[in-house]
Amino acid sequence: MKKLLSLLAISLLVFSCTKKTDEILLGSYSSNTGATATFGVFQLHGAQMAIEEINAKGGINGKKIKHINYDNKSDGDETLAVVNRLISQDKVVAIMGEATSGRSKIGGQVAQQNKVPMLTSSATNTEVTKIGNYIFRACFIDPFQGMVMAKFMTENLKLKKAAILRDIKNDYSVGLSDIFAQKLKAAGGEVVTDIAYQEGDIDFKSQLTAIKAKNVEAIFVPGYYNEVALIAKQAKELGMSMPLLGGDGWSSPKLFEIAKEAINGNYFSNHYTTESTDPKTQNFVKDFKAKYKEDADVMAALAYDAVYLMAEAIKNAKTTTAEDKRDETVKLQEFRDSIRDELAKIKDFHGVTGKMSMDANRDAIKSAVVVQVQGPEYKFITSVSPN
Amino acid sequence: MQEFLQHTLNGLSFGSIYALVALGYTMVYGILTMINFAHSEIYMMGAFAAFYLARFAGLDTPSPLNFTLGILAGALLAAIIGFFVEMLAYRPLRSSPKMNVLITAIGVSILFQFGGQIIFGADPKSFPTLIEDRVLFTLADISIRLVDMLIYFVSFVSLGILSFIIFKTQTGRAMRAVSTRPDMTPLMGINNNKIISTTFIIGSALAGVAAVLVSIKYPKIDPMMGVKIGTSSFVAAVFGGIGSLHGAVIGGFLLGLGEYYLIGYGASTYKDALSFLILIGVLLYKPTGLFGTTRKEKI
Repeated sequence: MKKLLSLLAISLLVFSCTKKTDEILLGSYSSNTGATATFGVFQLHGAQMAIEEINAKGGINGKKIKHINYDNKSDGDETLAVVNRLISQDKVVAIMGEATSGRSKIGGQVAQQNKVPMLTSSATNTEVTKIGNYIFRACFIDPFQGMVMAKFMTENLKLKKAAILRDIKNDYSVGLSDIFAQKLKAAGGEVVTDIAYQEGDIDFKSQLTAIKAKNVEAIFVPGYYNEVALIAKQAKELGMSMPLLGGDGWSSPKLFEIAKEAINGNYFSNHYTTESTDPKTQNFVKDFKAKYKEDADVMAALAYDAVYLMAEAIKNAKTTTAEDKRDETVKLQEFRDSIRDELAKIKDFHGVTGKMSMDANRDAIKSAVVVQVQGPEYKFITSVSPN
Repeated sequence: MQEFLQHTLNGLSFGSIYALVALGYTMVYGILTMINFAHSEIYMMGAFAAFYLARFAGLDTPSPLNFTLGILAGALLAAIIGFFVEMLAYRPLRSSPKMNVLITAIGVSILFQFGGQIIFGADPKSFPTLIEDRVLFTLADISIRLVDMLIYFVSFVSLGILSFIIFKTQTGRAMRAVSTRPDMTPLMGINNNKIISTTFIIGSALAGVAAVLVSIKYPKIDPMMGVKIGTSSFVAAVFGGIGSLHGAVIGGFLLGLGEYYLIGYGASTYKDALSFLILIGVLLYKPTGLFGTTRKEKI
């Protein structure tokens, strides 16, 4: 009996702790350390900046946002653990998903099972939002990126014969490669050879040698910056001068740090460009530089937009009053469901990465840009709209 | 034909790295009949030693001197770590069952991998260019590059020094003696612990050299960098016959070539599967490897 009483006392204590109603608990997980650390750190910085701005302006409907972030160490199992913790221990109202597709999928499955709305800022793989009706994204999807690069190659660069070098273990890379191949064929081009590598490889000379023998005009390398940097370096060493094309996974300062001059002149599709004339984007770029002493990477911009998008949904969501005497978990679930409904209704949201609307598949519809690597900077080349 | 030559060249270059690392596995096995799973992490520490030396001592500009210093720093620190790992983790277990030492080795390996992620940070670092790479000459349309030549050169010099130590010096003779009859050597006035330490120091120094060479060619280092190369090199050592020195070298070269031909001619997806297929094949059909000898268990 005594045990039972003390248990009751403890649970009451815990209960009263979580009952703090003047704060909105917003969870997030990111790869702050590990193989894709720069993605995670930029994601975190972008989100933090947005949250600080919102709180400085008085929060959402008078309530401040409390941001709870966990590092998943670029690891899938760790992701599972931290997302569970956000939902069951911290009881967040919604979750900001990860920069990468693979780990957004893992976190998304947990969020969907628990009916917690999750908005990922930059996971572009199609499967991510197919997990269920609680999973959203604030960016375009891989088929679009694959299409953009196929279009760019045939129309802007006027090239026809491509090789694909894909990271076989990576959902994002495989998705982009498949669509690129399909769209290139449709545009009258040809994929001469399609070769694989694996995340963590450091030598790509044999793949590149095989590609070299095929006389292609461009190589599509939709991997992450780590491997792409080494691929670019080794391609130059083998005397290969055709352009490398890729997706937003290239976007990291490490790309140039590791590859040096070898990566210059290559193209990739991205979510936004710092050269945009939109004052909103300009302010963001300026403020970010002032705050973190480095240029705002695309992951930061997307995470920044995603937080504002989420804030918009939370603002519009139905809240319950203190008089409502129902169980807290029921009220929390109602609030989560309402946020979900509001996310689905987002239309013509104006962010720093452009205008976006949620479509029926919970994917954001927005334009992409193609940029060229020039040292640590990316030069804007062209913009491709979804229609 | 040109493509084949290029694959051969790439394969031999990486094969010599495998050979250097495989020697560490095989030497330790020869003398202690244990697999030192922490060897791949000693390799990783060698790369980080050179990285921090180059960075903080300002030796990160391309010059032959910095290249040499980088290699020596990697070798020296790897040797020191190898020495301490043996002294602190393996020596106290000298008389316990083999399985205990094996599990300890796996523990040490994990300690370094994750300790490294805490201390160095898990994000990859860009290794400084210690020597400017350039095309030395062109042979049948294949450019022979300076860094590749240096990899061959440094590998062969290291192998030369190793075989000199093992076959021409008193210490080497003692090492061979300990590896055949560790119970008899103390009667001949050999200090077994000292000889085992020496073996770890030499094996680790070779791994350190290999790590710096790899980091110069592929300038991206992170605390998990040893895992893949470690596994492949271990397979190379088993393939060549674990415990056999020239077996490790030949195993390394053959595995390097095999991997590169495999990727070059179509089956790029199966690159890592190759090492494990070889491992399974060797264990099933020729457990002693190419040059290994069966050791009679004496009562």
